Amino acid sequence: MNGIVSYGAYVPSHKIETGEIASVWGADGSAWAKNLNVYSKSVPGPDEDVITISVEATRQAMKRANLNGDFIGAIYTGSESHPYAVKPTSTIVAEAIGATPNLTAADFEFACKAGTAAIQTCLGMVGDKQIDNGIAIGVDTSQGAPGDALEYSASAGGGALIIGSKKVIAQINHTTSYTTDTPDFWRREGQKYPRHGGRFTGKPAFFKHVVSCGMMMMQKAGTEAKDYDYVVTHQPNGKFPIRAAKTLGFTNEQFETGLLTPRIGNTYSGAVFLGLAAILDIAKPGDRILAVAYGSGAGSDAFDITVTDEIAKMDRSETVENLISRMKIINYATYAKYRGKLNMGASK
Amino acid sequence: MSVPRFWRELDTRYNLIGSYCKITKTYHYPRRSFNPEAGRESIGSMEDYQFKGSGEIVSSTVVHQAQTGYEMFGPYCMAIIELDEGPRITTQIVDCDPEIVKPGMKVKSVFRKLGEDSESGILHYGTKFIVIEYNEVEESEENIPDIEV
Repeated sequence: MNGIVSYGAYVPSHKIETGEIASVWGADGSAWAKNLNVYSKSVPGPDEDVITISVEATRQAMKRANLNGDFIGAIYTGSESHPYAVKPTSTIVAEAIGATPNLTAADFEFACKAGTAAIQTCLGMVGDKQIDNGIAIGVDTSQGAPGDALEYSASAGGGALIIGSKKVIAQINHTTSYTTDTPDFWRREGQKYPRHGGRFTGKPAFFKHVVSCGMMMMQKAGTEAKDYDYVVTHQPNGKFPIRAAKTLGFTNEQFETGLLTPRIGNTYSGAVFLGLAAILDIAKPGDRILAVAYGSGAGSDAFDITVTDEIAKMDRSETVENLISRMKIINYATYAKYRGKLNMGASK
Repeated sequence: MSVPRFWRELDTRYNLIGSYCKITKTYHYPRRSFNPEAGRESIGSMEDYQFKGSGEIVSSTVVHQAQTGYEMFGPYCMAIIELDEGPRITTQIVDCDPEIVKPGMKVKSVFRKLGEDSESGILHYGTKFIVIEYNEVEESEENIPDIEV
């Protein structure tokens, strides 16, 4: 029985409200918040990036499972905002949890679904008995260009899953993927901010892939929407995931626990990890979960998951809700300072 | 800082690895090859020890004239903290209003970026601390400054 042995999550402790961003650009904050269903977004501090968030989330997962680094055979980190273009995030995470040197490590990139591709890779290696446990991480600190629609949602955060075969708290029954060449969102080498196809990111991109992959997953598992207690999908804003979930036949009760974007913004590679962590925080043995990630470019990975009796033995006192409730509001000036949007002049 | 020097100290910075002296049964940070209190007897009796990462504030100050590389934090809190095992270290306290940090407050370690060599240079990561328990310091009447009117 292979699946999730433990999980960890991290969201920075600062947030900015949609209305504050809108006021800088003379836009209607209430309208933006309502249209995107995003009311605030997390903001990383000046000393936080994909590496620090990955380490914090992974350490939480290790602590929950009472594991040390000797038991980890692989670390894969999925992100589109790795601090280095050349030098892996995963080796720093490995060193920080004491897993070096007897492991394999690499960084993945597939827009917002690189982390779930890492889950599939770990599942394959655990299933083939090459490793006992592997860690899949999905984290981002992505940015939207000032004034761009993305600035209202692009935030920071993520999670880590330890994938293994022993003391599994949530069995991954099936996984499947749906992949095409769809240029809905991209960032060229050396460019600071991504670009996107506006409305093109919706129907032919997010909805086509998430809905198709979700349907394929249920077909493969022989399930229907009513067989699941929870569903979590990628959430680039607060509206897309609701529409996708409803199209797949799910109700508010099934998707509201994993829907975090209205309060923390779009954490890109971290979105499904954080939504899944929020579900695992309260899940009971026997609960069934459907998770569908989406990455621009484009593809979806889906997972059919059943929570096991082991989850009842796990310390789940540190929750995603705790992380969100500690967030403090900052203004746009502080946000601009923290996110490196200020021109400090030639001397800096 | 040179790349090799930082690399040599990775586990000290990332994972709070210090030393435990089996002679005096005391803890030391950063790592030591011998304990001055025990002298040459301690050579060979020092073993690596990973600190739990919890402690309390001994003293703190608010830095308004930020050091190079810390401009984006300003003002920020620097503090001397005492780890539960005994050693005292100087560290930045993050994720809170720097003015509220007071002696006795409980802290725990977090993994953060410490700095970078340059825009194209190596990134330095390590340990900073956050406050986990706020002991509300009541303002007694003696502490309230007189206001001249």
